[in-house]
Amino acid sequence: MYGVGIVKGMGVTFKHFVQTYADDLFWLARGGRYYNDEALDVRQSLNGRGAITVFYPEEKLPVPERFRFIPFLVTDDPLPGQHWGHDWCTSCGICAKVCPPQCIWIVRGKLPNGRPKPEPEEFYIDIDICMNCGYCVEFCPFDAIKMDHDYELASYDRSTAHIHDKERLSKPISYWREIANKRASAEEAARELAKASKGKRRTKGDQTKPAPTLSDNHARQLPYRGQG
Amino acid sequence: MKLGQPMDETKVELADTEQEATDPVEFASTKLKERFPDDILDDSRERFSGLIVAVEKVEEIAAYVKDELGFNYLSSVTGVDLIEDNKMEVVYHTYSIDQGGGSLTLKVQVDRENPVVPSLIDTWPGADFQEREIWDLFGIHFEGHPDLRRIFLWEGFHGHPMRKDWKEPFFEADQKPFGSRWPSGNITRAEEHNPYGKNVKYPENWTPENVDFEVDAKLYAGVAMTRDAVPGLKTDKVIVNLGPQHPSTHGVFRMVVTLDGETVLELKPVMGYLHRNHEKIGERNTFIMNIPYTDRLDYISSMSNNHGYVLAVEKLMDADVPERAEWLRILMVELTRIVNHAWALGFLLNDLGALQTPMLYLYIERELVLDLFEETAGSRMMCNYMRFGGVAYDLPDMVRVQPTMSFLDDLINKRLPKALDQLDRYITNNEIFRSRSIGVGYLSPEDAVAYSTAGPVLRASGVPYDVRRADPYSYYEKLDFDVAVRYNGDIYDRYLVRIDEMQQSLRILRQVMGYIKETEGAPILSGKAQYAIRVKGGDAYGRVENPKGELGYYLMAKRRASSPDRYHIRAPSFINLTPLGKMAKGHKVADIVGILGSIDIVLGEVDR
Repeated sequence: MYGVGIVKGMGVTFKHFVQTYADDLFWLARGGRYYNDEALDVRQSLNGRGAITVFYPEEKLPVPERFRFIPFLVTDDPLPGQHWGHDWCTSCGICAKVCPPQCIWIVRGKLPNGRPKPEPEEFYIDIDICMNCGYCVEFCPFDAIKMDHDYELASYDRSTAHIHDKERLSKPISYWREIANKRASAEEAARELAKASKGKRRTKGDQTKPAPTLSDNHARQLPYRGQG
Repeated sequence: MKLGQPMDETKVELADTEQEATDPVEFASTKLKERFPDDILDDSRERFSGLIVAVEKVEEIAAYVKDELGFNYLSSVTGVDLIEDNKMEVVYHTYSIDQGGGSLTLKVQVDRENPVVPSLIDTWPGADFQEREIWDLFGIHFEGHPDLRRIFLWEGFHGHPMRKDWKEPFFEADQKPFGSRWPSGNITRAEEHNPYGKNVKYPENWTPENVDFEVDAKLYAGVAMTRDAVPGLKTDKVIVNLGPQHPSTHGVFRMVVTLDGETVLELKPVMGYLHRNHEKIGERNTFIMNIPYTDRLDYISSMSNNHGYVLAVEKLMDADVPERAEWLRILMVELTRIVNHAWALGFLLNDLGALQTPMLYLYIERELVLDLFEETAGSRMMCNYMRFGGVAYDLPDMVRVQPTMSFLDDLINKRLPKALDQLDRYITNNEIFRSRSIGVGYLSPEDAVAYSTAGPVLRASGVPYDVRRADPYSYYEKLDFDVAVRYNGDIYDRYLVRIDEMQQSLRILRQVMGYIKETEGAPILSGKAQYAIRVKGGDAYGRVENPKGELGYYLMAKRRASSPDRYHIRAPSFINLTPLGKMAKGHKVADIVGILGSIDIVLGEVDR
């Protein structure tokens, strides 16, 4: 019969329509469907029902640890009374070499005798050009550059505000631990391990013991597991 | 075998025994050499494959390859600038639809100064846009092509940019990384070197103000404005420009339509509004830099774009891929296929008048899949996930608030099948949708092959050709799935074939889940992660069954090179547009939108 298909289809629409209100009622006594973190988690999960709109910017979805946006430079936590911590960057230039759109510009530091100093004099990222690929992070041997989670970078002036200099880029390691805790601790473990094995090789190479490895839980947080 | 007909059992057996005896490609090239002993040479360069064909005989050889040897599908045509030998090369990749297997690659070399190659458009109409692309980017003239206009760039563009000696106005160096970035990288912006108003070079005797130069003259040529449709009644033919700014074109795409009343007499696609010369950028890049760029081709299915590219480079490197990485790749690629088809069908229905609602219902599941991508690779759409010899990350512990494996289980076994059933109930039998789509935009199986269409468009016309089965890559051989195929070749069948494909993808995903659990904790990358990759060289063509059709990457590199000499993309959306004019002819204006929607294009890939 003509029209049966349409009516059945409208049934689907009606179900969706009702589900949102049913979900509203369900959350009524539990703090509301909107502006409620608990409800947001359920709404955006596999158990979500009805409309799944997020009321940005009042509501914001949490971003995952691996989320990548414009990179930042890691520094030590500043000592009390100091403004800046020590840069982790050694200005080796790997990030600038691997960057696909070539948006990283580094001026390498110089010692008074003219030899290169393992510290960047200046460091720029043109965020108009950055494509958020994350290669700089993957290939940085010193964990000195990380992808940020701060995606709200709109500004009024493209020509000046969108070139991030060293001051704008530098953030302390505690910030990285805050936004990507699991990854930060895995990286710490990996650094410890590298340090320990380096020390051991220098003193006495004990060949019988298997080399210590990163725990599985840590390894899965890092890129390229299984390299070696 | 006649296309679109069920296979004859006896013939299948025959084909099987033949295949056992020799590889179809080898068999064909031996035959070809026997038939044209003086005109065919093996490509003797180290690690190169294919046959070099004499330019005078190329039409004859093409006809023989197509009709006698059964290599009836011209997948890709591309130009290569061999500046060191002072030659231009055109490379044809032909495949056999019936036999499957690898490609019979034909190469034609001509002089670089005045390159002229006969057009193969009579043998393979699918060469139409691809030859225009080569003319546009390389300046190789195709003799006998009826409409050899520039396809991406406009008439006021100076030179042919893919030639090795052509340099962009902001040219810095032939290859990245640029020396200006480190160790003394005092930042300058591109517009400082290249101020607005002074960054364009025009052809000789040409200025933008020159009114004698009619940009679209060739495009509108041949349209007579008046005629007698009904005796005694004078009617006008009207030219309508659909696009470039038109929501139904899914981006910036223009269709020049000649109308008689509401009926389409002729349709010419015009593209290039999003052209950025991806291939030139790719040849400046090192190998690894190209992976995030491939994300931006067909930005709906970035995971499978990555896959095709890494396959091609792995061929150049002879790299192995660990087992878990292969399963992760298939997991991601098949989820991408579902995401893409959900998007494509949503927009198809949008185009046909079911505005927004079905699209948004399909988005719900798409968002969930993208959540997984974001947790795994760090980005929802620009995934940049695959690497040479593996993938970048293992699966995460959690996807939002749920452990990953249980998330995947629920997604694949509960949520997605339910969504597909819902879509089926919602739209498939909708009478309005059926009357808008059945019988509209017909493409016969013979035309589908001749016009080099791929993917759902080809399979909806009754040609059961799927790269995953015909020329298996990755671990698809180990997986049990059917090639979705429908036989009517209209919009409705293209809709159905996409639903079938999603069902098959779910079937694959269920099998892959088992392997993912088995290989828990295994390495995901072979060798050490490297950014300065050197390849063994030669040429390679890596192709995958992208959601939109066959995506191919043709790469050429020297020994120990860090970046490709030639980087070409066989873009399915682009080539699937070739028969658009044919499909639209005789239909109404409103149908054009539906027909275009059923092809499923993404302009990032069409224009590159």
